[in-house]
Amino acid sequence: MFSNKLMRRQAGFAYLLLIPGCVLLLTFTFYPIVRGLPLAFTDYSVIDSTHWVGWDNFKRAFSDSTFGLALKHSLLYVLVVPVLQILSILMAVLVNNKLKFVHFFRVAYFVPVVTSMVAAAIAWKWVYEEQGILNFFLLKLHIVREPIVFMIETKLALLGVMIVTVWKGLGYYMMIYLAGLQSIPAELVESARIDGAGWWRTVRHITIPLLMPFVLLCSLISVMGAIHVFDEVFVMHGELGDPAYSTITTSVYSYKVAFKDFEFGYSATIGLLVSIIIMAISIVMFRYTRRGGLTYYE
Amino acid sequence: MSEPASVVSAAPPTIRAEKWTKKKILQAIVIYPLLLLTTCVTLGPFLWLLATALKTGDNVYAYPPQFIPNPITFQNFIDVFHIMPLWTYIGNTVYMTAMGVGLNLMLCTVTAYPLARLRFPGRNAIFFTMVSTMILPNAAGMIVNFLTIQSLGLYNTMLGVVLPSAISIFNVFLLRQAFITVPNDMDHSARIDGASEFRIFAQIIVPMIRPAIATVVIFDFMAFWNSLIWPVIVLDDRAHYPLGPALKYLNSTLAYNFPYIAAGTIISVIPIVLIFLVLQKQFINGMVGAVKG
Repeated sequence: MFSNKLMRRQAGFAYLLLIPGCVLLLTFTFYPIVRGLPLAFTDYSVIDSTHWVGWDNFKRAFSDSTFGLALKHSLLYVLVVPVLQILSILMAVLVNNKLKFVHFFRVAYFVPVVTSMVAAAIAWKWVYEEQGILNFFLLKLHIVREPIVFMIETKLALLGVMIVTVWKGLGYYMMIYLAGLQSIPAELVESARIDGAGWWRTVRHITIPLLMPFVLLCSLISVMGAIHVFDEVFVMHGELGDPAYSTITTSVYSYKVAFKDFEFGYSATIGLLVSIIIMAISIVMFRYTRRGGLTYYE
Repeated sequence: MSEPASVVSAAPPTIRAEKWTKKKILQAIVIYPLLLLTTCVTLGPFLWLLATALKTGDNVYAYPPQFIPNPITFQNFIDVFHIMPLWTYIGNTVYMTAMGVGLNLMLCTVTAYPLARLRFPGRNAIFFTMVSTMILPNAAGMIVNFLTIQSLGLYNTMLGVVLPSAISIFNVFLLRQAFITVPNDMDHSARIDGASEFRIFAQIIVPMIRPAIATVVIFDFMAFWNSLIWPVIVLDDRAHYPLGPALKYLNSTLAYNFPYIAAGTIISVIPIVLIFLVLQKQFINGMVGAVKG
C-alpha cells in the first residue's frame, strides 16, 4: 500500500524519535548493568587507584559479619509479605460493598500510599515515642506493662520498621485485591448459591481460587520490595541501621559502604550477591506461579 | 457481603425486600466500626503528627497525650519557615518534580510511539533489549550512575538528580501499550491525506492516549516528589535539597524541637495529598491498572 519512499520516511522519523530516549537509557540503564559486574571484582574507591582484585571482595563479603547481619535482616524482612497480603485482602473484603461512605474509606486507606516514606517514617517515629501515643494505648489496654521502645530496643527496632512498611503498603494492595474481587463474575457466585453452597464454600471454591493470581502477583511485588527495603530504615535508623546494626539491611549497608566508606568495588559486590539471591527467589516464585497459580485460574 | 439482593428466592417480593434491609442494617452495624477502626490505623499517624504540629510547647510532650490540641496554634507552621529555609526546599522540590515529570512525559512518549506504531528495521531488537533490562540485575546502578553524573559535571545539580530517571522503561511500556490500542485507520487516512509523520504523532495519536499519559504524570509526580536517596547522593549542598532529604536530616538535628519537624512534614505532604484527593480515580486506576496490565 505504501511506497518505499514513505517507508523510508517513516523509518527516519522513528529513529529520530528514538535517539534521545535511547541515549539516556544506554547511559543510565544499560551502562550500569554492564559496568556493575567488573566493578565487583575491583577495589575501586575515590581515594586510591583501582586494582583488579579477583574474588577478594566476595571472600570479604562472606566473612563480613555486618553483611551477614544485613542479609539476615533483609531476608527476615520478607515476613512483612504474608502479613501485608492477608491484611490487605481483609481490607479489600471490608470495602467491597455498596454501603454509604465506603468510597471515603477507600480513599482514606490509600493516603499512606501516596505520601513519602520520609513523612511516614517521621510520623511513626513520633508514634513510637516512649511517652507516645502507641505506648499510651498499649498501656491503657493492658497489652504491655512497660512502655515499648521500638526505636531503641535492638530486638524490636526491625519490627518497628516492618510495621511502617506494612502500614504504608496496605492501601495499595487493598486496591489491587478490590479490583480482583470485583472482577469475579457475580453470576458465578449466584449459581453457586443456587446450587446450595454456603458462604464459606463460595469463598473457598470461587473467591479464593479466582483471587489467587492477584495474590501471587502482589506477593512477588512485595517480596522484591521487602528485600530491597531502604527508605524506612534510612529515615528511622540512619545509614548504620541503629541501634547497633539491629536494623541494617543489604540496601542500607551497600549504600553506606559506597557513599560513606567510598568502597565502590565492595559495594558493587554486595549488590551483585543480593541480586543473585533475588534472582533465585524470583525463579522459584515464577515456577510456583506458573504451576499453582495462573494455570489454576485458566 | 456479595450481592445479597440478587439471590433468587421463591419468597414473595415484600419479604425479600425486608430481608434485604435487615441484612443491610446488620452489615452496616458490623462493617462501619471496622471501617472506622481501620481509618484510625491508616490515618492515625498523620493525624497525630498534625495534632502535634498544632500544639503549643508544653502540650507536645504531655502525658497522657492530648489528642485534640488545646489551645490550637498555627505558630509552628509560621515559625518553621524561619527555623529552616522551607521555601527553598519547597522550591527545589517543585523544580525537581516539574523537570522530572516534563522530561519523562516528552522522552517516554517519543520513545514509545515508534515502538508501537512505526515500521522500521530493528524495532523488535530495540524493544527486547529494553525488556531484558527489567530482568537483568542492576546491582551497582547507583554507584555507576553517580560516577557518570560526576564525569558529566552534573554533580550537585538538579539536572544530575533528574537525568538518570528522565526516562523509565516502565513508562515506555505503559505508553506503548496505549499507543497500540489506537485503531490503525487513524493514521492510515491521515497518511493518505498527506499529513507529515510528526503531525500524525503529535496531533492525532498522542491526544488519543490521554488516560495513559495522565497515569505516567501521576506516577512520576509521586516518584519525584517523594524521592529520597538519589538527591542525597547527587546533591552535596544541603541548600539544594528537596523536601524529603531536608526533612530527613532536620529530623536528626532538630529532634529536640519536634513540633517544627511535624509542621514541616505536614507541609510536605499537603500538595501530594491534595492532588491525590482531586485526581483519586486516576491515581487508583492508574496504579492498579499498571500492575494488572
